[in-house]
Amino acid sequence: MSHNHDHDNELDPFAARVRALETILTRKGLIDPAAIDVIVDTYETRIGPRNGAKVVAKAWSDPAYADWLRRDATAAIESLSYTGRQGEHMQAVFNTEDTHNLVVCTLCSCYPWSVLGLPPVWYKAPPYRSRAVIDPRGVLEEFGLTLPADKKIRVWDSTAELRYLVVPMRPDGTEGWSEERLADLVSRDAMIGTALARQPA
Amino acid sequence: MSRREANDHAADLPLSVDAPVFAEPWQAEAFAMTVALHDKGLFSWGEWAQALSSQVKGPGAAADGHDYYEHWLVALESLLVSKGLTARADVDAMAEAWERAAHATPHGKPILLENDPRPIR
Repeated sequence: MSHNHDHDNELDPFAARVRALETILTRKGLIDPAAIDVIVDTYETRIGPRNGAKVVAKAWSDPAYADWLRRDATAAIESLSYTGRQGEHMQAVFNTEDTHNLVVCTLCSCYPWSVLGLPPVWYKAPPYRSRAVIDPRGVLEEFGLTLPADKKIRVWDSTAELRYLVVPMRPDGTEGWSEERLADLVSRDAMIGTALARQPA
Repeated sequence: MSRREANDHAADLPLSVDAPVFAEPWQAEAFAMTVALHDKGLFSWGEWAQALSSQVKGPGAAADGHDYYEHWLVALESLLVSKGLTARADVDAMAEAWERAAHATPHGKPILLENDPRPIR
């Protein structure tokens, strides 16, 4: 698609259509271009998986918070000022010795934006969306994560109304660590379930 | 099911490539417009998810997901048309106006709709 034309100004058809929609909707008073810029900036620079990592680190450090997160993730996450825009509910799913959790959206690409930012390309692509449900163990192996055969894998299919956050298991050897230090061990993929928390170096 | 015996359409999961969330500015704008219109109450998020799903679940969706925002844009337009907020012909005409404006804009200058030599009203 996006060819570079050095001889001429050219909008590719998608860019032109987006501008057309923006013009039409602005003239109708339905959107404010300044507000659009703020939203872009927010999602490009301010919201990302660091938010979710802080939630996980707090749950690891504070049993009362972990309990709250288990019972009412929407409220527990909102208490840290990470609020969903689409009125979606959150559910935290905790990995245990017996069970590993994996999140997908087979419908489209529903994702917990407020805690993880926008989804990676592979999360939105058809192979992951179709195969995570059919063959989760195989998918995890392709991510370099081989789980013991007796470990159950539970797959959670997100919807527009309900999004999931995986709480990975706290790595051994991190007793007494601060929440900030713990958060560095929590990757985006660990909160989708395609990885584990990092081991302390 | 082994992935190795699947055909090329079920390509490898694009694991190692962690592209930026938006590959081009228009993708970010299409995304932000959707969020803004939802904030204004013009559609529910469930309605949006359904509109997007019907595009990205189509047989034409690329396995590597590179065309995701193209589907997003088609979904947004379709939802706006179905809500009576705009008409396809109006978007077509306005998109052509933007393309004419781009051609008429000297290289290196910002592309403005005012540069369209045949402005529409």
